[in-house]
Amino acid sequence: MRDQSCVAEETVLSFARGHRLQHDRVRDLWIVQAPEKAFVIEGSAPHILRLLDGERSVGDIIQKLANEFSAPREVIAKDVLALLSELTEKNVLHT
Amino acid sequence: MTLPSPPMSLLAELTHRCPLSCPYCSNPLELERKAAELDTAGWRSVLEQAAELGVLQVHFSGGEPMARPDLVELVALARKLNLYSNLITSGVLLDEAKLEALDKAGLDHIQLSFQDVTEAGAERIGGLKGAQARKIAAARLIRASGIPMTLNFVVHRENVARIPEMFALARELGAGRVEIAHTQYYGWGLKNRDALLPSREQLQDATRAVETERAKGGLSIDYVTPDYHADRPKPCMGGWGQRFVNVTPSGRVLPCHAAEIIPDVAFPNVQDRTLSDIWNCSPLFNMFRGTDWMPEPCRSCARKEQDWGGCRCQALALTGNAANTDPVCSLSPFHDRVEKAVAEASEKPELVYRRF
Repeated sequence: MRDQSCVAEETVLSFARGHRLQHDRVRDLWIVQAPEKAFVIEGSAPHILRLLDGERSVGDIIQKLANEFSAPREVIAKDVLALLSELTEKNVLHT
Repeated sequence: MTLPSPPMSLLAELTHRCPLSCPYCSNPLELERKAAELDTAGWRSVLEQAAELGVLQVHFSGGEPMARPDLVELVALARKLNLYSNLITSGVLLDEAKLEALDKAGLDHIQLSFQDVTEAGAERIGGLKGAQARKIAAARLIRASGIPMTLNFVVHRENVARIPEMFALARELGAGRVEIAHTQYYGWGLKNRDALLPSREQLQDATRAVETERAKGGLSIDYVTPDYHADRPKPCMGGWGQRFVNVTPSGRVLPCHAAEIIPDVAFPNVQDRTLSDIWNCSPLFNMFRGTDWMPEPCRSCARKEQDWGGCRCQALALTGNAANTDPVCSLSPFHDRVEKAVAEASEKPELVYRRF
């Protein structure tokens, strides 16, 4: 079990080289392009990943989404940290 | 009528020309000459049409795609069209200036092929003296550029015992991914099957070596097994005309790179029809699409939408009829032909090299 604390509110993440977020216009889906595969992302994930710009911290992203969706910050934080930790673990994102 | 779902990937075979002459080359036995190749405008149009149709990733392949002087221009266009670009190369024509130009054009990923880990093994397969050193130099340049890299090793009877050394080389060269792909037996590979097909014991050792390496972590591993030793077929290309489209150097559009052996059907060309028309309406793309074409035992099989009846080219090559169940399936009445091929693979027959 790896330490999940590597992604925290102060972490600044961006897509690793060879990975990017893209809207698939033909199928109307959000996808992440990766070496020799593309995977579909759904639900709140596209909203979260669109905010990764290499400057905003994870905490900034949580705050921005909490404001936009008028949702409790701790609920948003849980979703954002889970998604970003998972994608960092898979080397799709990096610090 | 509902249109079929659009393709996800385009394999753009820019040329069949290549400095190597591997006896398992995925190009057809009838190679297309330079004079027949699409020009730059032709390939630009293919990329534009592919993006419009819904393709997400383009794999620039060959032959050796770096033999085309317009590769950088095509990569730049792919980037502009938001197509993820992958270069499938032997690396022997790569140098620092060319890599920098590809990097600037926005190339997303490189798949670099190795024929073996030993110089002698590599030269026996590729037939090009000094290729191994050039490939290692290419891998170091790619690593230094930061472009994500997959090393691809095609394995067979002669090199399959060296899989652990292949992983060691991949780690040493800093590859993020490794593909260990057992030879597929079509075209040139089928011609050389008796020399290349590994024994069941060799396959078990290979699979164990892959599992051992996976357990170490830190390296993403793709393992393509040889289906001659399986009893259920692979879902070839994710189903005929479902996810994948191949354009040959001369502009022929195929559901897979081996499909030109299919008899009694016209092979549509992007010089005559649009890619979308070919994908949606051509007899070639519709002949084995979905499940309506299936004979028994596929028709009533619970797995028919998992393996899509297996590979049409393999059915043709081994049973004489492309519309038969892939004989790799133990339910196929022709499965004994696969077992016979495994039993008859021999120690050291001569290799037939790919030549123009």
